[in-house]
Amino acid sequence: MSDATSGGAVPAAGSRRHGSILQLDARTKKRNAKEARFRAYGLGAIIIGLVFLVTLLTAIVSNGVGAFQQTFIEVPVYLDPQKLDKTGNRDAAEMAKVSTFGYTPLIQQGLLDLVDREGIDAPFEKAGDMKALISASAAAKVRDYVLANPDALGETRGFELLASSRVDGYLKGRVTQESVERDRNISAEHLQLADALREIGAIRKGFNSEFIFGADASESRAEQAGIGVAILGSFFMMLVVLAFSLPIGVAASIYLEEFAPKNRLTDLIEVNISNLAAVPSIVFGILGLAVFIEFAHLPQSAPLVGGLVLTLMTLPTIIISTRASLKAVPPSIRDAALGIGASKMQSVFHHVLPLAAPGILTGTIIGLAQALGETAPLLLIGMVGYIATNYPDGISSGFLDPNSAMPAQIYEWAKRADPAYYERAWGGIIILLVFLLTMNIIAIILRRRFERRW
Amino acid sequence: MPVSWIMIILFALAVLGYVLGRRRALASAGGDMRNLHSLPSYYGSHVALFAVAPAVALLAIWLVVQPMVISSSVARSFPDGAISEGSSLSLVMSDVKRVADGLNVAVERGALSAEEAGSVSAGATNIRERLGSVGVALGSDVDSSVLDAAQKYRAYASTGHLIMTLAVLGLALTGFIYGMAQMRAEFRARNIVEHAVKALLVFAASIAVLTTVGIIFSLIFNTIEFFKLYPARDFFFGLTWAPSFGGGSELGMLPLLWGTLYISLIALAVAVPIGLFAAIYLSEYASPKMRAIAKPLLEVLAGIPTIVYGLFALLTVGPLLVSIFGREGLNWMQAGTAVMTAGLVMGVMLIPFVSSLSDDIINAVPQTMRDGSLGLGATHSETVRQVVLPAALPGIVGAILLAASRAIGETMIVVLGAGAAARLSLNPFDAMTTVTAKIVSQLTGDADFASPEALVAFALGMTLFVITLGLNIIALFIVRKYREQYE
Repeated sequence: MSDATSGGAVPAAGSRRHGSILQLDARTKKRNAKEARFRAYGLGAIIIGLVFLVTLLTAIVSNGVGAFQQTFIEVPVYLDPQKLDKTGNRDAAEMAKVSTFGYTPLIQQGLLDLVDREGIDAPFEKAGDMKALISASAAAKVRDYVLANPDALGETRGFELLASSRVDGYLKGRVTQESVERDRNISAEHLQLADALREIGAIRKGFNSEFIFGADASESRAEQAGIGVAILGSFFMMLVVLAFSLPIGVAASIYLEEFAPKNRLTDLIEVNISNLAAVPSIVFGILGLAVFIEFAHLPQSAPLVGGLVLTLMTLPTIIISTRASLKAVPPSIRDAALGIGASKMQSVFHHVLPLAAPGILTGTIIGLAQALGETAPLLLIGMVGYIATNYPDGISSGFLDPNSAMPAQIYEWAKRADPAYYERAWGGIIILLVFLLTMNIIAIILRRRFERRW
Repeated sequence: MPVSWIMIILFALAVLGYVLGRRRALASAGGDMRNLHSLPSYYGSHVALFAVAPAVALLAIWLVVQPMVISSSVARSFPDGAISEGSSLSLVMSDVKRVADGLNVAVERGALSAEEAGSVSAGATNIRERLGSVGVALGSDVDSSVLDAAQKYRAYASTGHLIMTLAVLGLALTGFIYGMAQMRAEFRARNIVEHAVKALLVFAASIAVLTTVGIIFSLIFNTIEFFKLYPARDFFFGLTWAPSFGGGSELGMLPLLWGTLYISLIALAVAVPIGLFAAIYLSEYASPKMRAIAKPLLEVLAGIPTIVYGLFALLTVGPLLVSIFGREGLNWMQAGTAVMTAGLVMGVMLIPFVSSLSDDIINAVPQTMRDGSLGLGATHSETVRQVVLPAALPGIVGAILLAASRAIGETMIVVLGAGAAARLSLNPFDAMTTVTAKIVSQLTGDADFASPEALVAFALGMTLFVITLGLNIIALFIVRKYREQYE
């Protein structure tokens, strides 16, 4: 290139004078080095930010993926009619009197028999020693089955039962034979037995649909806990948020953008909205506690109250984005409508609003996503400390009965002492993030598909 | 008549009004729409509006006011000696209400007939047991004065309800007839309906103001309550935070405030340099392609819920820091929850906040200023440092203040990551606690809502609200003032 030719000529000139473009003097070199350093700092900052992001996501996935797997034990249980139906009438009401305590020994005996039959060498002789391997929820499962099929009494049926959370942790590598030395619930021998049972195929890991659809469990039954009820709670809360924040948000934006005169009141409203957007979310929780629960006596822990609090919190977000999309509709549209005799109100509702709808919808979805992940206000209106074990039994119960919400459930799990719950908490986060991701992707697609450039 | 029935009747009246009003207006115009002042639907809406809106407003006001009026009149009729020692009027009144509600529930479920419920006396029947059998639990046995008051309460309530039903339905009917009477072809229905719609819009817009008012009132009233029980000076200047629900708590705010500021400081020390450099790189150096990828990726950090950061602090960053600074390492750190843990994670959360705000501000600096500097021979970084950043400084300060207010108000990260011990210490590896974390812990227990230990949360909330509001106002003021310079 031409550089080669000019390269020969310039150094001659450079040697005469002090410095040149091609021969850099010390000061220029220093300045250039500084430039390169500055640039590197910037790049470094971005890389650090992205590294944080990757670390966070890796931590979530690697810790949480275990929650979607669960260990099951296949136990043949002899359904002893003498224990489960003492009168022998096969009368449902009579049989229902036998509580889960009546079933537990049968299950444990079943597992012990299985161990003996397979010739596994284990230092256990009593059926009660098997308690450590099987979840406390197993008896209820067998009982439900027997009450539904009374004919099965007297027979030996195979049940796929949840293994206890320690065995589950052992198979997932969370619990080791060394770490259980001081554990009162299980011993290293139990874990060796679990290994042996795994070899004969009685213990296996499977997909844990109960985690996604099931209810929360008490503190000692980590293996049984699921997030399904909390998902439903969040769903009802989002319905409330949507039902209130969309109409109120859109109406408020229309007023401020299209009708509001420039006066003190308008200024006051505008300043209020921008301030509310920056008020800490916990303050909204205090508001909810004082106004909705203490003053208006709405039920505690109810998705309705949670939804109302989150509505107040997301309103500023929705108003700000709605105003932006109303502003983006060109004035010519309004002028055209006014020109053919529409009133100001008609021009807005018939022409401007439909054109702004995609933008409003996008903003609303993003506002909802923000509300879905919010935890702090929910803590104050009592959505934690409540164990969401039952599905709501109807629409009004869904709104008014105590329930949890996804982030509140995750917080609840994170606070529990059993490390098995940490895995659940991470798993819950994966589900929460999947919901958020879906909502954001829908918002992006809507924006891409319907966005108009005027 | 239950309220839901009234609502259904009102709704039916609205539909009827719409149909009839529209028909009548059209008839008065000889069936030709062109002779009407407004479109036919406006006439229908006008009648529906007049039938429903005043009635619903009356209903809403009545439902709020009636219980207050009845309570105060029942309370006034209470004999002076009836309130036993250690009790108060409000406690007795809540008993009265519970008994009255319980009797209503019992009638509803069929455990008592309406006459029986009206004539039960404390001596003859054991009310507590009777109500317990239908699932209404009472704390203590009902004495006769409470029962009398409860009966009075029920009587007033049912009379009030009857009057309300009549008044609401009467008003609805009046409005309906009035609206119908106006249905003439030249009547300007559109103007009136649009006024009503506009009033609705104004109401929606003032909800933001109402929310602020609600926040301020709920904070102020309870804070005043708190200062009646606990001296304000000890709260603002006390150096110990030791609440005990048995009484004799020390509720000094300073340790909490110190924890809050310390954590925020660490968070800003992480977020500001990283965020600022990222913003500079993205706006000044990055190619459009890189910008299109890196900016949204960074902003993902802002979209992640704070509970996720909290868990990340508790379960990942905390143990990691302990393994370096803990007993097996430098022995500065006792447990995973510490100021450093919460501060670092909060800093990560704030990076996109600082970077996207600063990015906007740097982009708003006019290109001519950069061109001028580059033309004089400055390098790109010299231009950024000596021209762009000074010009953008007020805006960047505003962005940092907004980030600081975010950090001070952040809850989940500190609840999970910072620990629960309130202490004044300089060691960033100590566990400390913050204003927000204590609001949560004071209000989530089963504490009596009227005790200073629970009410202190409102005083803390007030402090938090004032600090963040102050920061926001200053920041918005700075940002706004700066923007005007170049527009």
